[in-house]
Amino acid sequence: MSALLELDGVEARYGPVQALRGITLEVAEGEVVAVLGANGAGKTTALRAISGTVRRSGRISFGGKPLHGGPEAVARAGIAHVPEGRGTFTELSVLENLRLGAYTRRERNVRADVDRVAQWFPWIRERSGQQAGTLSGGEQQMLALARALMARPKLLLLDEPSLGLAPMIVREIFRIVGELNEREGLTVLVVEQDARIALRTAARAYVLEVGRVAVEGTSEELQENESVRRSYLGY
Amino acid sequence: MADFLQQVVAGLASGSIYASLALALVLIHRATGIINFAQGEMATLSTYIAWTLTVNHGWGYWPAFVFTLGVSFLGGAAVHQTVIRPNEKGSVLRVVIVTIGLLILINGLVTWIWGGEVRAVESPFPDGTTEIAGVAITTADIGTIAVVLAIVVLLWALFQYTKLGLAMRAAAVNPAEARLVGVRVTWMLSFGWGLAAALGAVAGMLAAPSVFLDPNLMAALLIYAFAAAVLGGIDSPIGAVVGGLTLGVGLNLIGTYVDFVGADLQLPVALLVILVVLLVKPTGIFGKTEVRRV
Repeated sequence: MSALLELDGVEARYGPVQALRGITLEVAEGEVVAVLGANGAGKTTALRAISGTVRRSGRISFGGKPLHGGPEAVARAGIAHVPEGRGTFTELSVLENLRLGAYTRRERNVRADVDRVAQWFPWIRERSGQQAGTLSGGEQQMLALARALMARPKLLLLDEPSLGLAPMIVREIFRIVGELNEREGLTVLVVEQDARIALRTAARAYVLEVGRVAVEGTSEELQENESVRRSYLGY
Repeated sequence: MADFLQQVVAGLASGSIYASLALALVLIHRATGIINFAQGEMATLSTYIAWTLTVNHGWGYWPAFVFTLGVSFLGGAAVHQTVIRPNEKGSVLRVVIVTIGLLILINGLVTWIWGGEVRAVESPFPDGTTEIAGVAITTADIGTIAVVLAIVVLLWALFQYTKLGLAMRAAAVNPAEARLVGVRVTWMLSFGWGLAAALGAVAGMLAAPSVFLDPNLMAALLIYAFAAAVLGGIDSPIGAVVGGLTLGVGLNLIGTYVDFVGADLQLPVALLVILVVLLVKPTGIFGKTEVRRV
């Protein structure tokens, strides 16, 4: 397996606070990888470091090439980032959100892509004119995911999709992510506090503690790991 | 009745000039969250450029008009890149003070280059009136309204139907998110400043023939534009247009039919409009309080 994304000793800080203290991880093409950890462990910062929304040092390579620049450049390289707290344009319509998702693509055939994405989220069709801010939390999360898919990304960064959502909706979202991976070969790096549901979808995972990788392994290994079980799975 | 309607049309003509300058203010307020106090002076500078081209270089009015739009667009974008952008990280007040500095700077620059004397500007529209349903309307009024309406429709189409327009809206409402989908937000903001400067140029070039050209051409007009923008809702482009037209018609009727106001007290009435709207309905006619569900 060749690594699509590689982080080597990546550090990041917010002012005086060092949020990442040298993270090394990799994601292979076609893989779903989870990043687990408690609040403040640096999970979200890890994704931000990749997408360039936080100043970082260390080496990040994507598709064998070093990844530089701010979020605009990273988006153009083929990485779609669904940030924490949904990240939809609440003042724009559902369809406009989707059109923006395809912003980096040159092809003009956005229609066909909306149809493709609507296969996963059928409700989008009837409600394309609705203002995104009036959708429910779960719908906004799905719209954010749909918008990311419009870019036909090589890698999807998904930040805490379960945040503030009912368990049933969280399961639905992870089911869709899992199926996208199986059927379309979508590569996903997902940050999640709910370790149980994340490990069910991901093949491998990294557990972060205070800005460092504390444990890594396949989902089976982590589920059997005594300390991971006690701290993150609760049994 | 015919007289009344005549006054309404005349009001629409001046109102459409207020509308285009108000639209410029709204574009920038939506994108950067500030009021550009230099908007009027930038427009004055544009108008002088057009005047020089026609009078000193023998250009026709319309070629000069189009050329000035282009120059103003580039100038507006350049102002954003060089003066506004480095200050954007600071407080809103800081940027506002920078625009006030620009106001003084451009005003001084214009007086230095062209002098302070008042100059007559020829109207691009033929003299005379057209009669529509018994109402005599000057060609200049019709022309002014038509030019502004055409530009408003073009702008609307840009924002509604093009990828560029959508990206500009996205950059204005949620810059962090816009970056994540690959929009180059700074470019979009500069583009918005360019559009605003071009809109101001339209207002200046259309206003100059009826009020004469001098370095303070836009001082009063900027107050009317503020009133129009506040009336319509400072974040609403449609509001700016409706507010501008309403204000133009309203002021013209009050000036004609309310004796003690006349032509001299129209400016205080505009200030009164600003005050009343801010007190009674700060969001204006079309402003909305954000709808959001969590």
